[in-house]
Amino acid sequence: MTALRQTWQVALRYLRVIARQPAFLFIALVQPIIWLLLFGALFKSVTEIPGFSGGSYVDFLTPGVVVMLAVSSAGWTGMGFIEDINSGVMDRMLASPVWRGALNLGSVVQAVIQILIQTLLIVLLALALGAHYANGVGGVLILMLVAALLGAAFASFSNGLGVLTRQRESLIGAVTLVLLPLTFLSSAMMQQDLAPDWIGTVAKFNPVNWAVVAGRSAAMEQIDWGLVAGRVGLLAALVVLASVFATRAFGTYQRSL
Amino acid sequence: MTRTPFDSHNSIEASGLVKTYPGDVRALDGLDLEVEAGTVFGLLGPNGAGKSTTVRILTTLSSPDAGSARVAGHDVLAEPVRVRHAIGVVGQKHGVDFDATGRENLVVQGEFYGLTGAALRRRAAESLERFGLADAADRLVKTYSGGMQRRLDVAMGLLHRPQVLFLDEPTTGLDPEARAQMWAEIERLAREEGMTILLTTHYLEEADRLASQLAIVDRGRIVARGTPDALKSELHGDTIAVELANGDGPAAAAALERVPEAREVALEGSTLRARASNGGAAVPAVLAALEAHGVRAAAVTLSRPSLDDVYLRYAGRTWEEAA
Repeated sequence: MTALRQTWQVALRYLRVIARQPAFLFIALVQPIIWLLLFGALFKSVTEIPGFSGGSYVDFLTPGVVVMLAVSSAGWTGMGFIEDINSGVMDRMLASPVWRGALNLGSVVQAVIQILIQTLLIVLLALALGAHYANGVGGVLILMLVAALLGAAFASFSNGLGVLTRQRESLIGAVTLVLLPLTFLSSAMMQQDLAPDWIGTVAKFNPVNWAVVAGRSAAMEQIDWGLVAGRVGLLAALVVLASVFATRAFGTYQRSL
Repeated sequence: MTRTPFDSHNSIEASGLVKTYPGDVRALDGLDLEVEAGTVFGLLGPNGAGKSTTVRILTTLSSPDAGSARVAGHDVLAEPVRVRHAIGVVGQKHGVDFDATGRENLVVQGEFYGLTGAALRRRAAESLERFGLADAADRLVKTYSGGMQRRLDVAMGLLHRPQVLFLDEPTTGLDPEARAQMWAEIERLAREEGMTILLTTHYLEEADRLASQLAIVDRGRIVARGTPDALKSELHGDTIAVELANGDGPAAAAALERVPEAREVALEGSTLRARASNGGAAVPAVLAALEAHGVRAAAVTLSRPSLDDVYLRYAGRTWEEAA
């Protein structure tokens, strides 16, 4: 109970910042909107490649853009802790009896809420561009769920990295370094069986691909429940792993003080 | 590791604290400390002496490489959560969230200590009132003045009514007016609440004014302890400082050594210092001895011992040199 209350208080701290300056929420949307419009236009004729199954490229691309958005948005989460360390807020929190898990999870809750709002807007934009959600609202909700799970995992990784390195530059470097390879080593933009085999092999171990495959199946195609459940399970396990990593990072930080 | 039985008169006991940082920096080198319950204890030393490291260990933020410590009856290594509940911490850096209001800061802080609901809201409101922040309670902290931010900092440290309060350089960076306010607040806490306060400072006047007990830290060890008055009175007599107008400093110092009234002669630049039981009576003899060696004095000052002198004696350096 106390753990939940404290988690919510931490989340509230960050959510208030967003509520007071909602513009940031939309600035973060500029990039995924560009992806959707630009890649959508650039790769429009991909659907004409022999072997491409399914309908329009917007249908194919939308889950990919939603997942990319979740990764990039979550990737910056650790900036909050770096600021807290620099300002002294982190030391005050760590000198209090607050549950360490709440510090990370509160920040993850904030990241997830932000991602849900952002993905909803992208889903609506894609709808306006002609995307066809084969399974209606239910399918879209599953797409948003996998985006939230992937975002939760990356938010924890980002927090852990922020607390361990304490440098904005490291976090910016890591996000930049990770986002594009993880995207291109997935089926976010290109159907897997049209890509080289080795990419398909790597993609099996790529959490971004787990989310893209499950989200696309749920929102855009005939739902493959086994596939969706399996990927959701893997993503949930990753969330736990990442949370443990981020929570333990506080201990490492304190040992360095 | 030896553990001395906890003495209930002491709120803080530390023995043999050692802390090294990468690069072979020995921040603490066997520091021992005892702070009696209900006192304001000043930990005095220049920057880098080990004060903040000591506070970080006693507040469970950091752990020592060797040694042990108990705060409010609990071992900082074995029972860190109990220690955290019993202490309030006001760190050297601001611990306030600039993007939240004063009230929001207090509520989050209270929740971290297990306070909730109406009781927490009431306590936050009382706290804002008491620290003169009631009018600014719902304004973002980034619009506060430096003094207001510091007062909120202290209000947050006190919200859960801790038994022991740690104030790490509470007035660093404050303007004189805000500093005077902070001093008055600390004096009030000690007087009215009977709280144990451990205060670190590198301002001699601050330690002199606030602390009932004092320890001087230098290079990771305590080099002297006692009340400010006791420490000063250990340095019997007065300090005579002679500003030399001309002549050979070392020769003048040698001449002064032969004056029976003058003790502990030291030369710093063109200033010659000596101690004397009765400074006023010693001045004529001092001037006569200098004159005999053709040295003229530009100015002579007599002073009662200050903590600066205490520091010079125990740390072997003047305060300015160390800081």
